[in-house]
Amino acid sequence: MPELNLTSAPANLRHGSNIGQPLTRRDGILKVKGQATYAADNHPPGMLFAVMAVSSISRGRVASLDVTAAKRHPGVVDVMTSDHKPPLAVDPEIKTNPFVFRMEVLQSDEVRYANQPIAVVIAETLEAATEGAVLLAPRYETLPALVGLDAGKSFVPPVVGVGNPTENRHGDVEAGLASAEKQIDATYETPPQYHNAMEPHAIVASWDGDNLSVDMPTQGLMLSLGRIAELFGIAPDKIHIRSPFLGGGFGSKGFLAGPQTLGIMAAKLVGRPVKLVLRREQMYGPVGHRAPTRQRLRIGADGEGRLTALDHHARTVSSTFDDFYEPAADASHTLYASLAIRTSHDAVRVNTGTPLFMRAPGEATGSIALESAIDEMAWACGIDPLAFRLRNYAEVEPITGKPFSSKALRACYEQGAARFGWAKRSLQPRQMRDDAGHLVGWGMGTATFPALMFQAEARAAIRRDGTGAMEIGAHDMGQGAWTALAQIAADGLGLDIDHVEFKAGTSDLPDAGIAGGSAHTATAGAAIHSAGAAVIAKLADLATNDERSPLFGAGNAGVVARDGKLFRRDDESRGESYAEILARAGVAEVEARGTGAPNPAAMEEYAMHAHGAVFAEVKVDPELGQVRVTRMVGAFAAGRIVNPHLVKSQLFGGMIWGMSFALHEEAITDRRSGRIMNANLGEYHIPVNADVPPLDVITVEEHDPHVNALGIKGVGEIGITGSAGAVANAVWHATGVRVRRFPIRIEQLLTQS
Amino acid sequence: MKPFDYVRPATVAEAVAAAAQPGATYLAAGTNLLDLMKGGVSRPDRLVDVTHLEGLDGIEHLADGSLRIGALVSNADLAHDAGFARSYPAVAEALLSGASAQLRNAATVGGNLLQRTRCAYFYDTASRCNKREAGSGCDARDGENRAHAVLGWSESCIATHPSDFCVPLVALDAIIEIEGRNGRREIGLDELHRLPGDTPQRESALEPGDLITAVRLPPAARDFAAHARYLKVRERTSYAFAVVSAAAALQIENGKIKEARIALGGVAAKPWRARTAEDVLKGVAPTADAFQEAAWRALTDAKPSGDNAFKIELARRIVVRALTLAAAGTPARLPALPASPFASTSGAIHA
Repeated sequence: MPELNLTSAPANLRHGSNIGQPLTRRDGILKVKGQATYAADNHPPGMLFAVMAVSSISRGRVASLDVTAAKRHPGVVDVMTSDHKPPLAVDPEIKTNPFVFRMEVLQSDEVRYANQPIAVVIAETLEAATEGAVLLAPRYETLPALVGLDAGKSFVPPVVGVGNPTENRHGDVEAGLASAEKQIDATYETPPQYHNAMEPHAIVASWDGDNLSVDMPTQGLMLSLGRIAELFGIAPDKIHIRSPFLGGGFGSKGFLAGPQTLGIMAAKLVGRPVKLVLRREQMYGPVGHRAPTRQRLRIGADGEGRLTALDHHARTVSSTFDDFYEPAADASHTLYASLAIRTSHDAVRVNTGTPLFMRAPGEATGSIALESAIDEMAWACGIDPLAFRLRNYAEVEPITGKPFSSKALRACYEQGAARFGWAKRSLQPRQMRDDAGHLVGWGMGTATFPALMFQAEARAAIRRDGTGAMEIGAHDMGQGAWTALAQIAADGLGLDIDHVEFKAGTSDLPDAGIAGGSAHTATAGAAIHSAGAAVIAKLADLATNDERSPLFGAGNAGVVARDGKLFRRDDESRGESYAEILARAGVAEVEARGTGAPNPAAMEEYAMHAHGAVFAEVKVDPELGQVRVTRMVGAFAAGRIVNPHLVKSQLFGGMIWGMSFALHEEAITDRRSGRIMNANLGEYHIPVNADVPPLDVITVEEHDPHVNALGIKGVGEIGITGSAGAVANAVWHATGVRVRRFPIRIEQLLTQS
Repeated sequence: MKPFDYVRPATVAEAVAAAAQPGATYLAAGTNLLDLMKGGVSRPDRLVDVTHLEGLDGIEHLADGSLRIGALVSNADLAHDAGFARSYPAVAEALLSGASAQLRNAATVGGNLLQRTRCAYFYDTASRCNKREAGSGCDARDGENRAHAVLGWSESCIATHPSDFCVPLVALDAIIEIEGRNGRREIGLDELHRLPGDTPQRESALEPGDLITAVRLPPAARDFAAHARYLKVRERTSYAFAVVSAAAALQIENGKIKEARIALGGVAAKPWRARTAEDVLKGVAPTADAFQEAAWRALTDAKPSGDNAFKIELARRIVVRALTLAAAGTPARLPALPASPFASTSGAIHA
């Protein structure tokens, strides 16, 4: 990141090695000053503005558009419709694999959901394009919309989530239930939720012949590159994508979105650069969301509070034209030992944009239901919720029987409970009040998220001036990749971080995989680590094979790299700087590549997950039903922590999102039209600062020799899991009212006073 | 967006003349209007910017003990005026419980009174809405209406007025000063907003060109300063409209209520003054039983307009609580979480 120059700031001074240091984010000052260039900040010469017209019906067809009126509006250059658009090289409806999602890019007049793009107006100014879109005054032939979890006949999808089996079994659930002393049969509902990244999806696209230049936020540079190449029939090396900063993504920017494709099409149509930015309300449709769920949990426990059966069934929805199924029930695979476990899913099709991965897909929705049900069972058994979870602690992964690669969950429970003061909790609900007479409740939840790895590559170089370079097309969505990955690079190259030129965020760099699945630091980090080791090995070759070097004859294994020098491992008084080695060899630089990838053998052997325990305190007004979270403690074990400062921020963000899941977030869909009625940040409630209590995050020491070379498990999503359930359980403990429909609403707590 | 004329009159008389034309609308801070224009809900031909008019941004103590608040005083400036908060604490508390700090810095007193409903069907131009387009129908009536009106609604419209500020103002008999084509006149705030009836598109008693120039609090309004609160239940701690809110103001002498004022917010198309409930309290001791009785009276005519029956029970409880808080006495300082049920919770540092 050449714009950065933070080397002298005291906060950036480090001591010892780079990994493990709480560096403040290196791009922070740019962002605070407004100097970080996001996609929509780009204005190439001659650029036009494109504005989408979107459908106000959710099923039917566009009968007419008043293109003439729109074109007559001063400043409007062209109107792209299904009748007037540049051709695509392939049909965007064709799925070459399950992770190519269908997109609405004006291929027909059919309308499949509200807010679907139906035209794009291109104009000299944003204002003219905006008014042009209004003047299109679309008329529709409308069909009855399919809305909600009971919209039609349900079916069992072939797979859920990322190709997971729809159903999983271990043992005999019915027998387990039959033999149980206590049984719980409870149904929970979660609403549709939208990613609502602060930065809307945007694109600035410029064509120069067959060359395409694109500024757009993406969590997957290479995935986007491949999809653009395929759709427009051009070679990948003709495309250059810049995505240095994302204003959040949360899964909604993992794949090239329909509206971004429309921006590229519009630029092609008018032969000038085009910018297209979604309005907030247009983000409620074509760019994915978290599908609603209805989850039934049947749990059995014996006289000692040991689970005999855990049956978790989730109903969800997908769109009428594509397949993504929120794998909510899969949350029950990992956490609690039970004689028998069954997880299953079914779905209905509704008129909605296709649901998609959204921060902790499956785990977030499943966790709040599972953690609520476990809490209900603990109460039924008369056992403290933490003691109950410990009694059912999974020593091996319950659904597979595999050992865990590492699992410091017990330490999370212990440290979190101690920090929170859990031991003083009353078993009975509705026992605690504060000075003001508010009901006080304490709840907890267990957090878990799989430790995933994707594929990545990095290029490392050591230069004659003694500095290093690390190149990888990694993505900073605000999580801190510019900083954490540079720390890994510095250690890999044996250099101070300020002596490493770290390049990321563009498509001409080596493929970093996708920033998703909480796996980016692990995956890109592994590639960087391995590229660093490879280039150091080359450098060491130069030195140890050169009799003029003090390292001559040391052999690769006998050399360590530190502070820009190589030293003999057995005699650190003998060493030589990188610059000296390269100067003598007469080489400008040495370079090498490295890769990061999952290890199939380790995955076969071990279950790999991060874990955590979240404790929450809420206050509830006993008569008025308003809820306020007053304290949260989260203890997480996620392998090696590269940057504790950034990791805490990630975990804070997750915990706040969990609180939001329990108490605030919900897209309200009109039951007749299928339109989202609160598609704005005024009415789609997420927590504001005043809602967020003091948060306490503990990162529990955990060394995992199996997940990857660096022992990193990832922290992007785990903070949500556990937290939502902890807040919901605290509301129960405060009030004695068990709410099974989320978010918890005031009226559900008015039943008693 | 739709092209429009923008005029900036130099005097109130010029403003009135400019705004009396069909398709014209006043622009003050625009915290509501600009969103409505961006959403295509309002499509004015002419904006008459009144923010530069002189003499409308003062807070003035009149000889008779009234307070005159210029229409262009910002919500934040009014709420943070120490003298104002001391004399009319429930009004200050209501102001600080509304919107966000940024919006309060911009929003004006006059504009707040005339803000439009937050009914989602009013904002959604693809929905039928009698308020937005007279006679088109009401999609809220059978729609997602858990936040809608429980008092004073009609089959034509079940929208609510979202203002916090107006609720204590109407309780304190605020008077609105208006400049119009026929000169100056004044009306009670309670007469400003209309119930929907068959003409929900007519939201106020204002005529074309009418400009609110000031809000006046009569001398009696400050007699409630020792016992006045605003309470607002909402779905997050800040930056949310009221599910239901209430202002309660009491004059207590010798252990008896000399006079009571009660108004509700978020329940009707106007800030809802509950006079029958006030009557119940006159001359009685401020007891829990009396407050319960008042709350029942306040909601006697309430009926659900949809999935919102809970708002009736909630409104009763809020009336009781607001009265209880008012009877306990106005706090020496405005709470850190103004109007929140958690206002008394220690440790809260901002709203």
